[in-house]
Amino acid sequence: MNWTAIRAIYVFEMARFFRTIMQSLISPVLSTSLYFVVFGAAIGSRIDQVEGVSYGAFIVPGLIMLSVMTQAISNASFGIYFPKFIGTIYELLSAPISFLEIVMGYVGAAATKAMFIGVIILITAFFFVDIDIQHPLAMIAFLILTCLSFALFGFIIGIWAGNFEQLQLVPLLIVTPLVFLGGSFYSISMLPPVWQVISKFNPVVYLISGFRWSFFGTADVPIGISLLAIAAFTGICLAAIWWIFRTGWRIRD
Amino acid sequence: MPPILKISNLRKSYDGGFEALKGVSLEIEEGEIIALLGPNGAGKTTLISTVCGITTATAGSVTVGGHDIQTEYREARSMIGLVPQEIALEPFEKVINTVRFSRGLFGKSSKDEKLEQILRQLSLWDKKDSQIRELSGGMKRRVLIAKALAHEPRVLFLDEPTAGVDVELRKDMWDIVAGLKSDGVTIVLTTHYIEEAEAIADRIGVIAKGELLLVEDKAKLMARMGKKQLHVQLTEPIDALPASLKSEHVTLSEDGAELIYTYDTRGERTGITKLLAQVANEGLTLRDVVTRQSSLEDIFVDLVHEDKEAAA
Repeated sequence: MNWTAIRAIYVFEMARFFRTIMQSLISPVLSTSLYFVVFGAAIGSRIDQVEGVSYGAFIVPGLIMLSVMTQAISNASFGIYFPKFIGTIYELLSAPISFLEIVMGYVGAAATKAMFIGVIILITAFFFVDIDIQHPLAMIAFLILTCLSFALFGFIIGIWAGNFEQLQLVPLLIVTPLVFLGGSFYSISMLPPVWQVISKFNPVVYLISGFRWSFFGTADVPIGISLLAIAAFTGICLAAIWWIFRTGWRIRD
Repeated sequence: MPPILKISNLRKSYDGGFEALKGVSLEIEEGEIIALLGPNGAGKTTLISTVCGITTATAGSVTVGGHDIQTEYREARSMIGLVPQEIALEPFEKVINTVRFSRGLFGKSSKDEKLEQILRQLSLWDKKDSQIRELSGGMKRRVLIAKALAHEPRVLFLDEPTAGVDVELRKDMWDIVAGLKSDGVTIVLTTHYIEEAEAIADRIGVIAKGELLLVEDKAKLMARMGKKQLHVQLTEPIDALPASLKSEHVTLSEDGAELIYTYDTRGERTGITKLLAQVANEGLTLRDVVTRQSSLEDIFVDLVHEDKEAAA
């Protein structure tokens, strides 16, 4: 294993993040604060507790997930798409590194950035609402797994994308709706029965539910199923990446 | 000593059926500079890309320092540095960081003194903290070379290093190549500038339509195919060559105003005195006499032309 190369990619990618540290941090902090003001304070004050938790606190896990998933995808997809776009991918392809090492470098960096933002949002949340995290270890584990799996997913999008529009397409058309409909701002039990059934096909429901369980000990779906769902999603992404690199799809002529 | 680079019957065809390389074989000795000359679309870049791992070969094999580029890609690629044809650099990155990144990718620890040495060698040390986007085109090319040299490769591929650069920078680039050769780096460069191959290469390979037409020592190539011609311009055109002048070496120009005598400068006698005496005997009067040495360009044009004729 060429650890030096993995580290080189990781450091190079993180440098991009720190070059634009203000944008990287201010934007998620600002948007989260707005969510708290609008949903937590303005609307939340008219909503009773949800599953025994005040509405302001209830939306915290969903908000963190929303940012973490979109950040992991956008960072990882941009990270690998940009070298393709400007042509510097030649260097990755001609270096004595395996595809696994390339993935570890890019996905590792994208997951770290997403994790960083997730933690910042959690800290921001403490300024607005009282939160008591019941299962901190499970919370961290869920956060790490989500960051990693969505960074893997983002990496696939970055490899697939042929232009900047396509790069935005999947996050905008698929991920954002899935996250919004995945119970970020409500409990699935609040939906009409038909939509409850439909929601079961949304993989994000399981992630948000599991993450919320680590905060409040209550969940829409059993925690074991949540874990299974995230494991399955990670497995599918890994299999797709393995196939991409075995065939050189969209990378190597 | 075994060759540092051995390409055997390398083929590359694309899905549409286009054959970019049609069985290229080439051996390169350590420390030499070889120029691959060919028109646009000849397969030069495909050849380099395949050796460097950017493109996958359809058939054939390549070894670098005895290591197969497929089965022992780590060892093989560690020995190779590549300077691509297009300038591909992260615009917002600092020069030193991008060179450090390249060194890291090849598994070498970030040795600052080594990076300094490379950047100084390429006159980039003063610009080490500049962002790439602030550099001129020439400087960016130097950064590409610095990145390729960052891991101290033994074979350096330069894909059209002077395409579209001004004369001064081209000379600069040649000096850099000469410096690298003196450090013992083997250099494979592609170019479509004949003067470039003539100026810096030890051996020259000519590629056209995915085939390597010839590879030869530059001096030998020039000597073998380098003919000299004497153009004898006449004041009055003639209809046909006088009998005394008829030989395989003498031709008459189409307009009848010029005798063209082809000779070998390496011969003991060039035959010029005899020719001129015969011209005088025939009563022809001369207007001017010009000699011309065929350049690599003529040789190249001849070769590609012959190839086209053979294909027709």
